[in-house]
Amino acid sequence: MKNTFIGASIERREDLRFLRGRGTYVDDLQVPGLLYAVILRSSVAHGRLRSIDTSGALKIEGVHAVITAKDMTSKDYPSGVPIVPMRLQPLPEFQPYEQPVIAHQKVRYVGEPIAVVLASSVAVGEDALEQIAVEIDELPAVATWQVASENQSVLFEATGTNRALTFEARKGDADAAFKEAPYTRRERMRTGRHYGLTMEPRGVMAEWDATNNKLTVSGAAKVPFFNRRILAKQIGLPESAIEMIENDVGGGYGARGEFYPEDFLIPFAAMHVNRPVKWIEDRRENLMAMNHARETEAELEIACQRDGTILALRGEVHTDMGAYMRTNGAVGARNAPQFVTGPYRCPHHKVDSHLWMTNKTPVGTYRGPGRFEGSFYMERLLDMVAADLGIDRVELRRRNLIGKAEHPYKLATAQPTNAHDQTDSGDYEATLDRCLKEFDYADVSKLGGKLIDGRYHGIGVSCFIEGGAAGPKESARLEVNDDGTIMVYMGTASVGQGVETIYAQIAADALEVPIDRIRHVYHGSTGIVSDGYGAYHSRSVVMGGSAVLDATQKFMALLRQAAGKRLGCDESKITLDVDKVIGDGVSLPLKEFVGLTAEGAFLNHKHTYSYGTHAAHITVDARLGQIEIVDYVVVQDVGRAINPLTVRGQVIGSLVQGLGGAVLEDLKYDAQGQFLTGSLADYLLPTASDFPNLRCFVTEDHPSPINPLGAKGAGEGGIVAAGGCMANAVANALQSFGVQPRDLPLSPSAIWQLVQDARKH
Amino acid sequence: MATKFEVNGKPVEVEVEPRLTLADCLRHHLRLTGTHVGCEHGVCGACTVLVDGRAVRSCLMLAVQADGAKVVTVEGLSHDEGLTPLQTSFRKHHALQCGFCTPGMITTAHALLSEEPDCDADRVREVLSGNLCRCTGYISIVEAVLDARAAYKKAVP
Repeated sequence: MKNTFIGASIERREDLRFLRGRGTYVDDLQVPGLLYAVILRSSVAHGRLRSIDTSGALKIEGVHAVITAKDMTSKDYPSGVPIVPMRLQPLPEFQPYEQPVIAHQKVRYVGEPIAVVLASSVAVGEDALEQIAVEIDELPAVATWQVASENQSVLFEATGTNRALTFEARKGDADAAFKEAPYTRRERMRTGRHYGLTMEPRGVMAEWDATNNKLTVSGAAKVPFFNRRILAKQIGLPESAIEMIENDVGGGYGARGEFYPEDFLIPFAAMHVNRPVKWIEDRRENLMAMNHARETEAELEIACQRDGTILALRGEVHTDMGAYMRTNGAVGARNAPQFVTGPYRCPHHKVDSHLWMTNKTPVGTYRGPGRFEGSFYMERLLDMVAADLGIDRVELRRRNLIGKAEHPYKLATAQPTNAHDQTDSGDYEATLDRCLKEFDYADVSKLGGKLIDGRYHGIGVSCFIEGGAAGPKESARLEVNDDGTIMVYMGTASVGQGVETIYAQIAADALEVPIDRIRHVYHGSTGIVSDGYGAYHSRSVVMGGSAVLDATQKFMALLRQAAGKRLGCDESKITLDVDKVIGDGVSLPLKEFVGLTAEGAFLNHKHTYSYGTHAAHITVDARLGQIEIVDYVVVQDVGRAINPLTVRGQVIGSLVQGLGGAVLEDLKYDAQGQFLTGSLADYLLPTASDFPNLRCFVTEDHPSPINPLGAKGAGEGGIVAAGGCMANAVANALQSFGVQPRDLPLSPSAIWQLVQDARKH
Repeated sequence: MATKFEVNGKPVEVEVEPRLTLADCLRHHLRLTGTHVGCEHGVCGACTVLVDGRAVRSCLMLAVQADGAKVVTVEGLSHDEGLTPLQTSFRKHHALQCGFCTPGMITTAHALLSEEPDCDADRVREVLSGNLCRCTGYISIVEAVLDARAAYKKAVP
């Protein structure tokens, strides 16, 4: 049979358990003898740790142990307090700034782990936290990148500077281009501090089997194989003695599943007391312990011809890195200067990106890292350029979009990582046109700036590219079950995006069997394939899906070989028909081949670039600063949609996260580095009533040439352009005031202030 | 303290500390792990259960306060085989991704549709605004709830 599961809106298999409350998340696990870990975290942003007295806590009934840095500096542990190494961009320059798994000598942010209490219940553990006496000599806090850049108070005395590194994104000769340019404009702008808040807080359960020297760690996510490598090194076990188990994972967004201090502390605790130990983060902890992201300030200058043709871009981006360089902490700061030009042609490019260490929660990636920030800067600049030069802002974009014949188009190179990147394929102007058509831009744009029933109407348009499909490799394995069904085992992970369904679609299409013959798709655990790279950079479909294709080919080759022998016919005549293997008029049930297994892989160093356009129609109440979205359209070309239902879910879901970052979300600190947004009443997320009018259109006009599926990573396009599009819509609405938003988020108070400031001038 | 109540139609008796929340009691004492805990301060709605027919945040209620009450969790709104019309609609509209907020969405939507099977989109949004979802962007959840209204209308005599 010839299948067409790829491209069909197949309902997800995952849903059957999630909808009935039958998912298994890490906190749903319970084993005999389990101890519960709770973590004492620093309430001081910057200081010297003088002493930790745990004796009061140990007196409480039900408290089994309290672990501090002392337990990792004893003679049993000669290597000292382990450091969490970087996963991406592991430059030697970053090493002095990497995080110890538990504070020793100094504390550097509010929320840094100081002690781990192991108790018979979470409640008893929390009681015990109050009985731990910690003495800290406070040091002056560094709460902004500007204070960091003064280097008066430094977080790491050994380096003597708060600047960990400067990335340099380069192309052509920007300074020369600026000298000749007939028009330039310089702007200072900033983006707020957000994070990839997952609805399920993080959690780890560790079981140490001292008899067999086996460590089992549940709660793995995103990059279990890499994390096992780190843990093995830190804890002194071979990788083969550690099994990382991925349970159902309640959201990822780049933040969950990186190696955090707790990913060492909980396994260490389990080995230390020889009992299973579980730690589940509470929401307050999650807000101050999970990777932050996005907080940047940029000063950028653009040079154009009088007709709007972009000649060059130069300037600086400052990223507030928080207190340590975490596993993927450099990604945003590297991407922002490199990808700031997005889908636009820019022959000369010189942007420096400074990484400043501050006494705040360390940063990592959050969906569209650096790209959301860069897009905001570029899209704001383009609207200002259009107004200065008297060019229609859509026309300005059209003139500068990379043309479909120009692919692969080389982007700026980021140093010192020598990161080269180039686009793969696409007609960027076509998605712009489609978006304008769906949005009815010709008519709707006439409302821009008009005051109707007390509200100003504003229109914004932004174009984007979204990088995906990070290599170097992904693995997939197929195996025949004893009931004649087929299992798929994946090296990628699930963060809720629906990979069990997607991979079943790809496998069933390639094997030409009904989709229910794929009994289950396993993923994310270290025991099921030889190696895996995980779920990030919108890579699961392209990398994992292509590995499935390779595995199906190898699987069929093995099956043909085995069946040819048993059926006594030529291998080329063997076919698979539902649950039977047929050759030359005779057949065997597939279950006769139980255990037949084939592992496939996909290797790739190039990136896919899905692309598209956002258009927003908003209204603004200038007296209250409040925004409403009347209509918002995203058109995104994804090369090939494996499952249109889930692609739409990715686009709308990431869009709403982007809108949250555009108008609501901001993690705040005071000048002493105290964290001010420690609850969901302070850190505002979008709710069901905030953005009811969103539409998306997914196109498949230009398959990616770099993978056999033709697919492009599509999990981040919704978020990338949302900040710039919304800010441009606000500027358009409030044009009669001369308002130019330069900071995100555009909260009601921020918009109100912009209007007040404009009135003064 | 000894506490007796009914969960999903079955009487239960638990010995709990007075400070134990209903959410923790359901999850860890009664092993009904479909009810999820996302914030423990009453904002996210993931822990929503029905107490005497009303949608309640089980992280803001103590287990002892449930004494004598009828509690229904997502497990109680599910069949052993197949999906209910509300769940079927969620699946059809792709109204869930990671699934963590989903039990709270199902219980909240069930309470709403049981009371107001004729509710409009604005009402659905208003009621669901107490349940946070970070994956879907809500559009598909609202569509799913609206599409499930028919099943609840039929149920009303």
